[in-house]
Amino acid sequence: MNKFEPVIGLEVHVQLSTESKMFTNAPYYFGAEPNTLTNAVVMGMPGTLPVLNKRAIEKTIQVGLLLDCEIPRQSKWDRKHYFYPDMPKNYQISQYDQPLCVGGEVEIELEGESRNVMGPHRYVKLTRIHLEEDVGKLTHLGDISVVDYNRAGAPLIEIVTEPDIYSPEEAYAFLTSLRSTLQAAGISDCDMEKGQLRCDANISVKPVGSAKLGTKVELKNLNSITGVRNGIAYEIDRQTRDILAGGTITQETRRWDADAEMTYVMRTKEEAHDYRYMPDPDLMPVIITDEWKAELAKGLAEKPFDRQRRYMDTLDLPYTITSVLCQEPELCTFFEETLTIHKNAKAIANFLVNDIQREIAEASHDEDQKVLADFAITPGILAELVALVDKGTISNQIAKEILPEIIKNGKSPATLVKEKGLEQSSDSGELELICQDAIDNNPKPVAEFKAGKEPAINALKGQVMKATRGKANPKMVDDILRKLLS
Amino acid sequence: MSSNLLNATIGELQKLLESGKVSSVELNQQFVDHIEKHNSEVNAFIFVDKDFILEQAKASDERRSSSSLLSSLDGIPIAIKNNIAIEDQRLTCGSHILENFVSPYDATVTTRLKQQGMVLYSGLNMDEFAMGSTTESSYFGATSNPWNTERSPGGSSGGSSASVAARFVPVSLGSDTGGSIRQPGAFCGVYGLKPTYGQVSRYGLVAFASSLDQIGPLSHSVEDCAKVLDIIAGHDERDSSSYPTLDINYLQEIQNLEDYRPRIGIPKEYFAHDIDPEAAKAIDAVIDFYKTKGCEVKDITLPNTDLALSTYYIIATAEASSNLARFDGIRYTHRSGEAKNIMDTYFMSRGEGFGEEVTRRVILGTFALSSGYHDAYYSKAQKVRTLIRRDFETAFEDIDLVLTPTAPTPAFKKGENADDPLMVYLNDIFTIPVNLAGLPGLSVPCGFTQTGLPLSYQLIAPYFKEEHLLKTAKLFEDAHDYHNQHPQF
Repeated sequence: MNKFEPVIGLEVHVQLSTESKMFTNAPYYFGAEPNTLTNAVVMGMPGTLPVLNKRAIEKTIQVGLLLDCEIPRQSKWDRKHYFYPDMPKNYQISQYDQPLCVGGEVEIELEGESRNVMGPHRYVKLTRIHLEEDVGKLTHLGDISVVDYNRAGAPLIEIVTEPDIYSPEEAYAFLTSLRSTLQAAGISDCDMEKGQLRCDANISVKPVGSAKLGTKVELKNLNSITGVRNGIAYEIDRQTRDILAGGTITQETRRWDADAEMTYVMRTKEEAHDYRYMPDPDLMPVIITDEWKAELAKGLAEKPFDRQRRYMDTLDLPYTITSVLCQEPELCTFFEETLTIHKNAKAIANFLVNDIQREIAEASHDEDQKVLADFAITPGILAELVALVDKGTISNQIAKEILPEIIKNGKSPATLVKEKGLEQSSDSGELELICQDAIDNNPKPVAEFKAGKEPAINALKGQVMKATRGKANPKMVDDILRKLLS
Repeated sequence: MSSNLLNATIGELQKLLESGKVSSVELNQQFVDHIEKHNSEVNAFIFVDKDFILEQAKASDERRSSSSLLSSLDGIPIAIKNNIAIEDQRLTCGSHILENFVSPYDATVTTRLKQQGMVLYSGLNMDEFAMGSTTESSYFGATSNPWNTERSPGGSSGGSSASVAARFVPVSLGSDTGGSIRQPGAFCGVYGLKPTYGQVSRYGLVAFASSLDQIGPLSHSVEDCAKVLDIIAGHDERDSSSYPTLDINYLQEIQNLEDYRPRIGIPKEYFAHDIDPEAAKAIDAVIDFYKTKGCEVKDITLPNTDLALSTYYIIATAEASSNLARFDGIRYTHRSGEAKNIMDTYFMSRGEGFGEEVTRRVILGTFALSSGYHDAYYSKAQKVRTLIRRDFETAFEDIDLVLTPTAPTPAFKKGENADDPLMVYLNDIFTIPVNLAGLPGLSVPCGFTQTGLPLSYQLIAPYFKEEHLLKTAKLFEDAHDYHNQHPQF
């Protein structure tokens, strides 16, 4: 019996999507040739000085506003010292005692009774959010090491939670919620593969019900959201096993090895750095006025859970659809634009979440992830397609069949339907003949239906749809069959 | 004419170039010849890039012949302390660790001087990373005082002061963190101006202590000082600590002083120290001069003066330990050939690359910032710094300027205090409070000892009131001839 419970705090680093770096005008983007996104300031050349990137500060304040943090009037910059070749100045400009955002919370959803039911929600408390510069990337090649300073100096926020997470699943839920919130607000793409979102976890276990926290272990190298869940789960298990075996937990930093599925020691408390924090004399404190804050609050995006509640309450969309849709800000924007043209929320959302998302997934490869914007389809085209179905011009089945083509070439659905002769057949005379054929050729379902087995009629409908290549109006087919069979 | 030209002020050189009697190439060639002949005695320059100098002079002459001069200072020489970046020139900071480092960019002051068409002389000697008051901690050998080569030129801008005193150049730039422009100015009998913190961009000045460092000119005359300040002062978006550009022309400010009679404060704490009798006598004469001129002179108090030195050595060393962390043997600095791993690379490259004084200060600063000591040292020093600043702010409610000695003694013998760094630190006792407060200060030549060593006094003005320094110094200069004296070679 497991008599222990975990307490978890997360430190999440998120790269802000800005055009230039945090303290100089060198550009930053992912995937450039090594050491091409640098200048004298990035390289820490003697005599160079940092200057603040206003856009990065604004984005951080916006994150704070989104997550209900307090935004203090004054924020300052500090140097955090340690020697490592990925850091050109051997200090990182960060924020020590006056971060841009204090407190705050992130709404998370826990697992529900089933996949189709919304789970309980709660808020995870934040300690702070501060802004700093990223470091470069060190790669070890046999007995030499090489450094790429492209990433050095990129704007990076660190979101620190209180020890207010109590299971690997909650940590997972926290990260997915945070990620979709930041994506929706255009703060960051949060692609963990590209290192745009990185997570460290502080984990301890204590006897169930005990008020006193156990010794914490810092876990690093959690490079994917599932890695966070699995790494934390492993570590909780390891600590619990050690304690049950009579051991004690040492305060240390451990590294998650996703391949080996285990954690191992990186450094102990004695080896911990003394960062010798010092206010950076090269940078003035930032004063955040109420006017500036109000200006930034104006452009704030809707949070995914708020949006989900709105879709469910006012558009009557089912939980299952919204829980997928609201994770994808791009789909939501597309959805809402389509909805302004044709007001059938359910049909539009269905096409987006099922058919269109499948097409995107099929066109994507590991190295080449596609997004909706890569395709030719527009909200106008999707609205036209749904309208064709709603008017009865084509069946839903036909709409699904032609969608892949429309997504790719952006052709007008009406034109395509005409060209291919896919209009739904509503000629009752012709349909009656086809229905009669189906009845004549399928005595078994006919007999079953007549014997009172209602679903048997579906087999006959299927035959009719097959014969008309899906063009028959299902409502009419149903009516005719019932009339002929009565 | 040759010696006349070397002794000339910027204004006189400007007239010579304008008259067409001499070209910029001819003029600069004379300075270069003089340097090549005598630099071995003074060691004011770590290196002299003759081609670089004469190419700039040639370009200036071409502009003159095509009537496209960049300014009235086009073609005039100016030498630059070797901790201020000039593109494609070595930037050694007087250190082994940067011995072969070539700057990939121009400092903002360098850009501004180039935009005026001035001819830059790189390579002025200095204490290693500007840490020192003697220019003896330079990896490239000590600089000698041109007035007496047994003596120190002061420091850390010893190359800047010695080069002007020796007439190697008419004017130079130095940097001042605790007195490093004013004290060498005093030792070499030239003007040395430390502007208000934020007045001159620090972009491209290799940082010693970022919250104290300022670039400023050393010159033969108040007018030359004003001319250079007019060029280098002003806002720079690349330096967050730089102040908005002021609407003032310092050269204009010093033109008419008939009605200018500043109120001068004499801080008693500065005169309670042991001051060399000859220096004290010279200061008394200066005070008498201003009184005779009709200036109001009164005693004032700056009660926290005694705390300045220890405060300075905590803040300056703490910032230095951080600023010098980038010199690590990884990217552009000296890398030890012995190092076998990353820790060795750090320890050995820095151990080999830094001299004794720099090492001492980096260790001091690292200690002051360490966990457990941070509050007792660094945080407390910052609080005392505020008290020192308030002393001056209070004093300036009733006066326009403070007048003090620049240093307790005239130039000391080289190596005199080699075993006693504290004695050397004490030499900066009158200049350090000015940096801590961020105020502007000017050292003014005011005589000679019987053995022929220059004497000097210091003027301190409120924030961004450099014109008070220049005007008050000009009153004295107009009535004296000390600034026109020059050492014999």
